[in-house]
Amino acid sequence: MTLRPVVVTGTGIVSSLGEGPAPHLAALDGHVPPRVDAERFAPWLVHPAVALDWDRQIPKRSDQRQMEAWQRLGVYAAGLALDAAGLRQDGGLKARTHLIVAAGGGERDYAVDGQILTGLRDAADPGAFLNERLMSDLRPTLFLAQLSNLLAGNIAIVHGVTGASRTFMGEEAAGTDALRIAEARIAAGQADIILAGASYNAERPDSLVLFELGGYLWKRPFAPVAERPPRGGGLILGSGAAFLVLEAAEHAASRGAEALARLHPVPSGRTRRGPGDVRASLRRLWSEAGIGRDAAILSGATGVADVTEAELAAIGELAPGARPVLLGDLVGHVLEAVAPLGAALAVAAIREGRAPEMAVTILGHRRGEGVVRVAAAR
Amino acid sequence: MTTTRDRDARGRPLVAVTGLGIVTSLGQGKAANWAGLTAGRSGIHAITRFPTAGLRTRIAGTVDFVAAEPFCAPTLGERLATLAAEEAVEQAAIGRPGDFPGPLFVAVPPVEVDWPQRRALAEAASGGVTYADLLAAAATGRFRDWHDLFSFGTAADRIADRFGTIGSPVSLSTACSSGATAIQLGVEAIRRGEADAVLSIGTDGSVNPESLIRFSLLSALSTQNDPPEGAAKPFSKNRDGFVMGEGAAALVLENAEAARARGARILAFVLGCGEKGDGFHRTRSSPDGAPIVAAIREAIADAGLSPDDIDYVNAHGTGTPENDRMEALGCSAVLGERMRGVPISSNKSMIGHTLTAAGAVEAVISCMTIANGRLPPTINYRVPDPAIPLDVVANEARDASVRFVLSNSFGFGGQNTCLVMAREPRRATTSTSPPGTRGRRRPTSPDSFRPPIRTADSAPMRWTSPTARPSTISPSGWRTRAHTGSSTARASPTTRSPPPCRRSGRRPPCR
Repeated sequence: MTLRPVVVTGTGIVSSLGEGPAPHLAALDGHVPPRVDAERFAPWLVHPAVALDWDRQIPKRSDQRQMEAWQRLGVYAAGLALDAAGLRQDGGLKARTHLIVAAGGGERDYAVDGQILTGLRDAADPGAFLNERLMSDLRPTLFLAQLSNLLAGNIAIVHGVTGASRTFMGEEAAGTDALRIAEARIAAGQADIILAGASYNAERPDSLVLFELGGYLWKRPFAPVAERPPRGGGLILGSGAAFLVLEAAEHAASRGAEALARLHPVPSGRTRRGPGDVRASLRRLWSEAGIGRDAAILSGATGVADVTEAELAAIGELAPGARPVLLGDLVGHVLEAVAPLGAALAVAAIREGRAPEMAVTILGHRRGEGVVRVAAAR
Repeated sequence: MTTTRDRDARGRPLVAVTGLGIVTSLGQGKAANWAGLTAGRSGIHAITRFPTAGLRTRIAGTVDFVAAEPFCAPTLGERLATLAAEEAVEQAAIGRPGDFPGPLFVAVPPVEVDWPQRRALAEAASGGVTYADLLAAAATGRFRDWHDLFSFGTAADRIADRFGTIGSPVSLSTACSSGATAIQLGVEAIRRGEADAVLSIGTDGSVNPESLIRFSLLSALSTQNDPPEGAAKPFSKNRDGFVMGEGAAALVLENAEAARARGARILAFVLGCGEKGDGFHRTRSSPDGAPIVAAIREAIADAGLSPDDIDYVNAHGTGTPENDRMEALGCSAVLGERMRGVPISSNKSMIGHTLTAAGAVEAVISCMTIANGRLPPTINYRVPDPAIPLDVVANEARDASVRFVLSNSFGFGGQNTCLVMAREPRRATTSTSPPGTRGRRRPTSPDSFRPPIRTADSAPMRWTSPTARPSTISPSGWRTRAHTGSSTARASPTTRSPPPCRRSGRRPPCR
C-alpha cells in the first residue's frame, strides 16, 4: 500500500496561557510564566483556562448553555483549527470532514451531589431517597454535557463537521491514539481530512477527587515538573484543548490549503510499567517515529514520580544535550489533550522556525506511551 | 503474495470473523443466547440490583449471573468483556493464552465514581457534604484503588493485560453505536495492513440508579413495567421507549488470507462499514434521515454490494418512537420498495438496549443468524405501526438463507454506524460462489419473497443450547447439525402502503 503524507493545515489551542499559537510560543521561548490558581481549590493547584469570549466560536447561546466547560473549551479550540485551515466557510468540506476526539466525561452538578450526600446520611431508606432526589434534581440535559462523545456531537452541531466522529477514552493515551489513528487512516486513504483533538477541564472538583484518590496530585507550592519527583512527585492539572486539521498532502494541495507542518506516523504503546519498561518503550517509540538529531523536544511529563524521572532520563540518552521543554510547565497536565496540544504547539514552533522538527513525548501518569513527530512540510 | 480470493473489489484484504463471544441477560455464550433469541425469550426483568422505589422505569435486562468485585459499572463491564473475549479467542484458537497477536479495540461506557463510593468518601464529613469533604477523604490514601477503578482507560488496560494484545489498546465511545465502531476500527486496521488479527469488543454493565434515571429524564425509556418482558416493543405502534440492557460481545477479526493460512475456520466476513455524522440535534436525527441513509449506503457500497443484495436487516430497533420511525425511513430510502419484503428484526426486543455493547452484540448475533439460517424475531410485536410497514419477523423466529446482513447502530450525538456482514464475500461472476448466491436479485413484492434455495454448499451451521436437539461439536468448537427447518418464509404481517415517514411534530428525544 502506498502511504500518503499527512499534513497539518490548521491548529486551535486554548489553555491557561490564552488562545492560539502566540501566547504558547512565548511560553515555549521562556518569556511567559505559567498561570497557576492556588486559591480556588487550595491546597490543590490548577492551571485555569483563560477567559474566552464564547460567542466568537459558539454563536448560539442555547448551544453554550447545553455544554459544560470541557465541551465549550473543545468546541472553541476546534473552531480555531477550522478557521486556521480555511474551512469555516466550506460547508461542503466540513460535512465530509471526520472527527476523532479524545475525551473523558463531563462535569457533575456539585451542589446536587453535595445535597444528596448530606441527605443520604440520615435517610431512612437511602435507595429510595437517592432515586427521588436524582429524579427531581438532575437537569435532564446535564447527561448530554457529561457523555464522552458529546464533545464530538457539539462540534458537529456548532461547526457542521459531520463526516463522522469517533471518541477515544483513556486519559493521556486516548489523545496519542487519536492522532495515531487519524494519521494512519489518512495515510492509507481511508479518509482525506480529519479534525483530531481533545479537551480537558481541570477546574472540576470531581477531577481533583479522581486524581487525589490515586495520590497523583501535587499539593505543595508551585514547582516545575522536573523538580517534583525528588520531593514525592505529583501533577498539576491544567485546563486546555487543542485540535488539528489533518489532511492528505495531496488533498490540502488540491484545495490550495497551506501545509503548516507534516505529521509523521505516530507510534504508541503500552507497557506494564515494570522496572525499565518506560525507558525501553520510549527508546523503541523514538526509533519508530524516526526522530532526527536536530529535533527539538516537547515532553508531556506529568511530574509523577518514577515515570517522569524515567522519561527524562531516556530523553537524555536519546538526545544527549537536548533541553526538552516540559508542556506541564507551560499549561499544566491537560490529560487527554497532552498529545494534541503538544502537537499543535510543535506545529506553531516549526512554522515559526524554532526547529526543523519536534518530538512530543506522551507518557501517561498511569499507562500508555507515545511519541509524536512533527516536521516542516516540504 | 495475497491472492485475489482474499481481496475485495477494491483490492483490500477481506476481513474474516473467526471468533465470537457474547454475554447478555439471556445467558453467557453463543449457545445460550442463540437458544433464547430464537425461542423469542426475553431477558428483561424487574431490577433487583438496587431499590427502584419512585422510579418510572423499574425493569432492565441486567446481567445478574456474573460477579464483579467491587460491584460497580466498570468492574462488571470489564468482567463481561473478558467473558465474551475468552469465548471468542477460544473459538478462533488464535495465538497462545495471554498472547493475542493483534490490537484491541474496546467500546466501554463512560466511567465515573459511583454513588456507593461517593457515599463512602462522604462518611467522615460533618455538616453539609461538599466536594471539599470528598477531596479530604481521597487525600487520606485509603481509597487508592479507586483511581484506577474509575479511570476511563482501566478496563481496556486490564483486558489488554489478560489477553496480551499488541500495542496501545483503544477505548472508545460513539454512544449507542460504540460496539459497531470497535468493529469498524478493527476492520480498518486489517485493511491498512497494520494487523492480521484484531480483538474488537463492546461491553456495558452500567445499569445503576443514576444511569437509568438519566435516560428516564430524557423520556427515552419504556415505562411499561408490567410485565417486564413485554416492555421492549420495537416497531410496534404502542412502543414507548427502550429498555436498558447489559452485556458484552467480542469478535476476533482476521485478514482472511492469514486466517486461511493458519487453518482457521472462517465464520463470516465483515464486508463493509459505513458511518455518517449528524449535526442536527444532540439526541434527534435529522428530520429527513439523510445521515442514516448515508451511513447505510456507505456500508453497502463499502461492502461492494448493491442495496438489492441485502437479505436481512439486524435493526438498531430500540423501541423508541423516534428511532424506529427514522430507521424504517432510512432503510426504505436505501432499499426502496423492496424493503417491505426484506426481513428486519430487533434483538433489543429480547435483550434490551445494551448501549455501548449493542453494536458488537448485534454483530455477533448477525453472524449467528447467517450461520444458522434463522432469523431471531422481534418479540412483543402485537400492534403493528402502519407508519412502519416492514417485515419485522414478528414474534417467532423464521428460517431463511441469509447471505448479506445489514446491522444498524445509531447513537446520541449524531452517531450513525452500519456494518454489512456476509456468509461469503461477493464473488465476481466467474467465481466459485455456491449456487443460488451469485448476483441474485430479490423480487420486490413481499408476497413473492422467498429465501434462496439452500444447497449442500450453503448448509448452515447452528448453535444450539446444550439441552436442545442432539448436536455435535465440530473441531472448531462449533455445534453443528443438519438443517431441519422450513425454508419457506412467512408472509410479512404488515403489507400496507410504504412508510410516509415524515416527521410529525416533536417526539421524545431518543434514538
